Amino acid sequence: MPLGYYPGCSGEGSGIEYKMSTEKTAEMLGIKLQELEDWNCCGATSAHNTNQLLALALPARNLAIAEQMELETVLAPCAACFSRHRATEIKAREDQALRSKIEGIIDMEFQASSHTVSILEWLVNDVGVDKIKEKVSKPLKAMKAACYYGCLLVRPEEYTGFDDNEDPQSMDQIIKATGAEAVDWAYKTECCGAALATSRPEIGAKMIYEVIQNAREAGAECIVTACPLCMLNLDMRQAGAGKQYGVNLNMPVYYLTELVALAGGYSQEEIGIPRHFVEASSYLNTLPAKAAQMEAEEAARQAKAGKKGAAKAADTAEDAEANKKKIDAMIKGFQKNPDKMALRLIQDEERAKILAEIVAADEKKINKLAELMVIDQEKASKAAEAYVTGEIKKREK
Amino acid sequence: MKQTLNLAPPSAADKEFISRIEEAADTSIKLCYQCGKCTAGCPAAFAMDSPPRQIIRYLQLGLVEEVLAAQSIWICATCETCSARCPRGVDIASLMDACRREALAAGKISDKKVAVFNEAFLNGVKNFGRTYEAGLLIQHNLKTMQPLKDAQLGLPMMKRGKVSILPDRIKGKDQVKKIFQRIETMGRE
Repeated sequence: MPLGYYPGCSGEGSGIEYKMSTEKTAEMLGIKLQELEDWNCCGATSAHNTNQLLALALPARNLAIAEQMELETVLAPCAACFSRHRATEIKAREDQALRSKIEGIIDMEFQASSHTVSILEWLVNDVGVDKIKEKVSKPLKAMKAACYYGCLLVRPEEYTGFDDNEDPQSMDQIIKATGAEAVDWAYKTECCGAALATSRPEIGAKMIYEVIQNAREAGAECIVTACPLCMLNLDMRQAGAGKQYGVNLNMPVYYLTELVALAGGYSQEEIGIPRHFVEASSYLNTLPAKAAQMEAEEAARQAKAGKKGAAKAADTAEDAEANKKKIDAMIKGFQKNPDKMALRLIQDEERAKILAEIVAADEKKINKLAELMVIDQEKASKAAEAYVTGEIKKREK
Repeated sequence: MKQTLNLAPPSAADKEFISRIEEAADTSIKLCYQCGKCTAGCPAAFAMDSPPRQIIRYLQLGLVEEVLAAQSIWICATCETCSARCPRGVDIASLMDACRREALAAGKISDKKVAVFNEAFLNGVKNFGRTYEAGLLIQHNLKTMQPLKDAQLGLPMMKRGKVSILPDRIKGKDQVKKIFQRIETMGRE
């Protein structure tokens, strides 16, 4: 069964790259998208700010169209479109009187039977991270990304309900599947300022600035979003936000689907990378060289680890060589001056004398004592005492 | 901040206002024990005259005029962080939303810019069935007397194929217009 598809208004305009890359992502995964026929705007925040029924009726017309087309699941890539459609289907299912009231307003049959999914739910729950991994042909190794969820993909939990609303992980999982690194950061569910960037730009600029700065402080080199309004603010309004703080933020921002499609082998042009406001190609182009460097460093580390092992073996050989020289020196000592050597092992002069007599007659004992003296002086003394005690007993007999 | 509050018992109209927004937001202001977690987490609190906790306190005290006069209810970006974190389960974001609708209905809009934006946005939807981004920005700029706002972004948007000069009209635009009209009629009833 094809997957119902609601591109949303921004897909035709400011968020055109999101539409392009979502469609390529579906193609890459072998999923057919069936666009809702003659869909209308969901009303977004402006509708629920204005009138509750309007906020339900606008998405309801689209959901009624999905029912007519017999589409069970509808993918709404835009976070706001997803939130409004999901809210409408839940509220209408919970309240039959409300559902029939909505039917009257839209003048269509509306069962609230279809299910709207966000891009994150679709990719993680329906498609699965393993399937994405399978399709990755050009891994984004060396990319350091801050996964930015914003508000409506994780809140309110009674609508979203599939990921943690403080520290969500679904986008991080998808990004890791593409081969990139997902940095841990604090602002992943902070608000970008939404429409405030247009209506109250000085407030919006601070919110945009803080999200970007927090990502940078966490070590991210780019931000990933799954919301066209977050993209509009972080990308198009980034220069203005930086200006308010006297800095050039220069942080590339990507749609999640752009990165999935890139890792799947699509070109930057096919998914709209050249259309970004903050130049986004250069960073992507630096990745292969960085990845090669990372691999070279990794190989060097491994080689070094190997070399260290070899060096350790060499050290042991050197040690053995040195020890042998010391032992030989000891043996020579015993041969030339047995009394003096005996006194190094036994303090008692009489017993030392006996030891000197023993070693003069027994080359094997010299070798043994010489070896022990190099390795462990105490053991050598004990062995010497034992030789002497044995010799005394022998003589007593 | 020096402020004089009239703590006389709320009028019948104010009581009615409060129960109306509680019903619309499907929540209860009585649950709030003023811990301030909503304000602590609010990403826009820095710009608010009365942050979320204070708005809830006004509502608890029946101070409806103070709520409607606050710019905060228009600065709230509906990010829902307050509602997600409230230890008492108060849906603060929905209360803010309900307050905006009440302010709009009463014609007491403390921050016109957001309301004008919403109106311009919905006008596009009402007429064409879809958002008309170019028309929205132009209408918003004209109504807020800032004709050149974001003008520097217009050309780059067009170069990137990110804005169409003409609105995208759907076949069923009359159906959508009727949705608006039926709701307007219901509002008058």
